[in-house]
Amino acid sequence: MKAGAISKRQLSQRTAFSLLIIATIIVIVPVLVIVLQIIINGASAISWEFLSQAPSQAGKAGGILPAIVGTFYLMLGTIVFALPLGVMAGIYLTEYAKENWFTRSINLAIINLAGVPSIVYGLFGLGVFVLFFHFGMSLLSASLTLACQALAMTVTTSREAILAVPREYREGSLAVGATRWQTIRYLVLPQALPGIITGAVLAMSRAAGETAPILVVGAAFFLPGLPQSPFDQFMALPYHLYTVAAHVPGMPKSTVWGVALVLLVVALSFNVLATIIRLRARQAEA
Amino acid sequence: MLEQASKATTATSLKKGLQRRRRLGEKFIESWIFLAGVLTIVVLLGIIALLLKEGLPIFLDTPPWEFFFGTKWYPVSEPPTFGIMPFFVATLWVTLVATAISVPIGVACAAYLAEVAPAKVRETVKPIIEILAGVPSVVMGFIGLMLLSPLVQSAFNLNTGLSGLTAGIMLSLMSLPIIISVSEDALRAVPDDFRQAAYALGATRWETIRHVSIPGALSGVTAAIMLGVGRAIGETMTVLMVAGGALAVPVSPTEPMMPMTAAIASGIGNAVRGGLQYQSLFAIGLILFVVTLAVNLVADRVLERQKRKFSR
Repeated sequence: MKAGAISKRQLSQRTAFSLLIIATIIVIVPVLVIVLQIIINGASAISWEFLSQAPSQAGKAGGILPAIVGTFYLMLGTIVFALPLGVMAGIYLTEYAKENWFTRSINLAIINLAGVPSIVYGLFGLGVFVLFFHFGMSLLSASLTLACQALAMTVTTSREAILAVPREYREGSLAVGATRWQTIRYLVLPQALPGIITGAVLAMSRAAGETAPILVVGAAFFLPGLPQSPFDQFMALPYHLYTVAAHVPGMPKSTVWGVALVLLVVALSFNVLATIIRLRARQAEA
Repeated sequence: MLEQASKATTATSLKKGLQRRRRLGEKFIESWIFLAGVLTIVVLLGIIALLLKEGLPIFLDTPPWEFFFGTKWYPVSEPPTFGIMPFFVATLWVTLVATAISVPIGVACAAYLAEVAPAKVRETVKPIIEILAGVPSVVMGFIGLMLLSPLVQSAFNLNTGLSGLTAGIMLSLMSLPIIISVSEDALRAVPDDFRQAAYALGATRWETIRHVSIPGALSGVTAAIMLGVGRAIGETMTVLMVAGGALAVPVSPTEPMMPMTAAIASGIGNAVRGGLQYQSLFAIGLILFVVTLAVNLVADRVLERQKRKFSR
């Protein structure tokens, strides 16, 4: 009787564990299918011409160089605004802010900014940068919009990285007569740098793949050349993928998959880069 | 003697001057640091102000009742009607499908990774989940378009594979990473003593997970689910590309439909600035903002409570 009861309990454990494993497999398989399908179907489109030429015949022929360059400009523009502001806000929250309602409202704002849907950032960018500041449908407007969206992330990662610097370091520095700012500038920031950079690279990876906001603030589907100034319109990989996949009839399949492959490589390589920086920093510590 | 004294005073005054200048420089930097902190609040308030300013005027034309519960969205007919019920119901369907799939699978996967999996398996699975989190939403939409929609079409014998169901399945994939990572963290936060105590009482590993770990992590898992739901509600590109874009109120998830985010994205390009359609799209944005704000705030509160629970 007792032995039977135990084996029943073991059976239920075995069943439960196999269900958990099946759930995990259900998560993994689609990821592998997505990545492999994109690589297999997209690889045939990749050629030097595809990567180095402007599109012709509404994207059906030629390459996607302006979209690649536009995406890199966009990543750069996003991080130029979001990183310094994010690091400064992170310094403020960890080193200067007192425990009061004002600090609490900043923290609350950051949590909320992280949850705002990307399309709402698009509306914000359209209303503020495109129309109110008259930056127009431009690289600048799109960068600023994506920077607002990335801000929550750069603040959070900077804050975590700065918080991880041991308190004793600061106390030692202050004890030998350094000012607060000197302590931050020469001691805290260098220590926190790997964490800050990891966050920045992740934010850039997101900016590379973000589509809804730039769809609203005006990415162009077809431009003959590269943008010459921040006030020019631009092409971008995610928007290009959206249009060729959903809006251009008679598009060669391999071209569409090729665009998807290039976008995936750009977005994921920055993810991998962030992981490498994080691991390096951890090894250096150990 | 006198000369020496005067030299000393010049030296100290020089030093003081230098110090003052350095202080000034630091004050300058520190005020910028303060302003950066303020900026986060400014952006959030700016979003709220803009959505209110551009969105609220629609209610002068269409009363809130008709706007929220109207079932007809004809922005360009004469006179135009703005009823967002079709979009609202579509968002509901898509989110429902996504949640129904991602919650059981995500929590089970988290339980496996946190409680059962050997370290080696965990180290292989986690990067794969991170890849999933890093796939841009437009790529997910593209995959839904190319791979999933034909499957859904033939499996349910539909006229088109572009439906709320297809979008919901793709969204469930996109909510999984956040559900898994937040649930896993919550499970890990349950102290090991609790498990040891359960084993000492003769419980099996599964009984321990079921009756000790999961109840202990419940608020964290709840927060994880809410964050996943918030993600699904706010996701734009995937639903824009695969939900089908029909304007009728969908009565079943297998119909083509247009969730709120897709309605904004597909309409904003043609809307005249300041016109009624423009205003109504900002009003939809306002609703989205309020809903996701509420979801995130509650999730954050629940998560804080979970953190305090085991901190001693």
